[in-house]
Amino acid sequence: MAKLTSRIRTIFGVLALTLLLACTATLAPHPVSAQQVNPTEDSVKEQQLLDQLRVIRGRGTIPDVTSYTIEHPAGRDWRQFRTVTLKWIGAVTILGMLAVLIVFYLIRGRIPIEEGRSGRTVVRFNGFERFVHWTTAAAFIVLAITGLNITFGRILFVSSAGSETFSTWSQWAKYAHNFISFAFTLGVLLMFLIWIAGNFPTKADFQWLARAGGLFGKTRGEHPPAWRFNAGQKLLYWAVVFGGIAMIVTGYMLLFPFWGGLTVGNMELALIFHAIVGMLFIALILAHIYLGTVGMEGALESMVDGTVDCNWAKEHHPLWFKEQLEGRPQDTAGGRPLATPAE
Amino acid sequence: MARMKFLCDADRCIECNACVTACKNEHEVPWGINRRRVVTLRDGEPGERSVSMACMHCTDAPCAAVCPVNCFYTTADAVVLHNKDLCIGCGYCFYACPFGAPQYPKLGNFGSRGKMDKCTFCAGGPEADGSKEEYEKYGANRLAEGKLPLCAEMCSTKSLLAGDSDVIAQIYKERVSKRGYGSGAWGWQTAYRESIST
Repeated sequence: MAKLTSRIRTIFGVLALTLLLACTATLAPHPVSAQQVNPTEDSVKEQQLLDQLRVIRGRGTIPDVTSYTIEHPAGRDWRQFRTVTLKWIGAVTILGMLAVLIVFYLIRGRIPIEEGRSGRTVVRFNGFERFVHWTTAAAFIVLAITGLNITFGRILFVSSAGSETFSTWSQWAKYAHNFISFAFTLGVLLMFLIWIAGNFPTKADFQWLARAGGLFGKTRGEHPPAWRFNAGQKLLYWAVVFGGIAMIVTGYMLLFPFWGGLTVGNMELALIFHAIVGMLFIALILAHIYLGTVGMEGALESMVDGTVDCNWAKEHHPLWFKEQLEGRPQDTAGGRPLATPAE
Repeated sequence: MARMKFLCDADRCIECNACVTACKNEHEVPWGINRRRVVTLRDGEPGERSVSMACMHCTDAPCAAVCPVNCFYTTADAVVLHNKDLCIGCGYCFYACPFGAPQYPKLGNFGSRGKMDKCTFCAGGPEADGSKEEYEKYGANRLAEGKLPLCAEMCSTKSLLAGDSDVIAQIYKERVSKRGYGSGAWGWQTAYRESIST
């Protein structure tokens, strides 16, 4: 009996010890056994949200719905564009174009009217066309200067002009940029309408382009054929139309922030587009200004008093000049009747 | 000098909006401007969290980098402030800000946003500390009086912490180790390129 009791005791002892060991073994890695529920197990995680959507939006309690976005790290990319990339794009395109024009002037000089002035003129742009051109041009210059001020003003003028002066100027520049945009819009739309007829590509344009417009020839009779607008002018026209529309659309997106469901991301993109196209536009217009003024004899007057010398017309736009001499558009090879004769 | 930061312990925030109200009242912030707001993520679902967000006073602040008139400056306490006399209301800081902190008093069409307004960490602006001009433009300057931002001081659950980076990070770490969980310091990685290891 005593043997049995001691055996049972041993068994119980072993069992108790095993149980105790088992208990400690299971408890050891979980000292807080009471905490069976992990409250953060399925909670929102910042990094996870950013990885998924690149933006963290929730539900707010104030009317300003844009404030429901609490984190939007993409602003960092936009900052990089604005503070570094754009400055390089702007400096390279604009200074590069100026350098090209200076080199071109030094090599080619002013392109003369080869036969000299004839003393007789032909009407090239009527009053309305000139009005539209100069409205757009004046608006463009204001927009370009005030736009460049936003990109380059801080690094160029804040220290020299003083913060207050520069800020006052920038404030007015901003208003000028915003409101003169309407004149520019009107100008681009009118230009599109009044000059579209003469700006469709023709056979002559390919010859003109193949000879680079005769820009690099020095001898007489090197002028390639052209109607009222040569291929270079047509390219400028379409660049102004499409570039202008791009500037107008992105510009109005920024002028009316958050309208029609625009997000910060959309507006950042609009600004990137607006700025890049703007820089290219300025470079292009610099070339246009050069060729219209110092670069070519007899060109500017077409936009000042609307007429050009007959010899200029004969050299630069021979097909158009012939058409003008004949007094009526001819439906010849590549010809485009401008209007049906009222006979 | 201290490196001032905000830290919102989202596991404690109960979306009571006391921080928002405190801020509005302390600085007499006009209607339509919210220097601080509370946003609830995954509202009504398991794992819902609310975060109180305002200007985080970033290291190498993007708003200051993109400002075309250079109106921002950083104080010795690393608080990012701006000069409303120089601001032209272009809205660029809003595009660059990762936290949507800059606010504008007007609707903003035709570029008429007015002078930008944002959280000052209760540190006023460039005018003389505690002056009437400073109060009218930027609100109270509690830091100059040796007090911390009112939003955090008023926080009913002490979810929102404001103060020196090392101190608030330590408080948060202790909380996390004691309770055993923490959803992290919201916005710290974006604002300061660092987070709190717990």
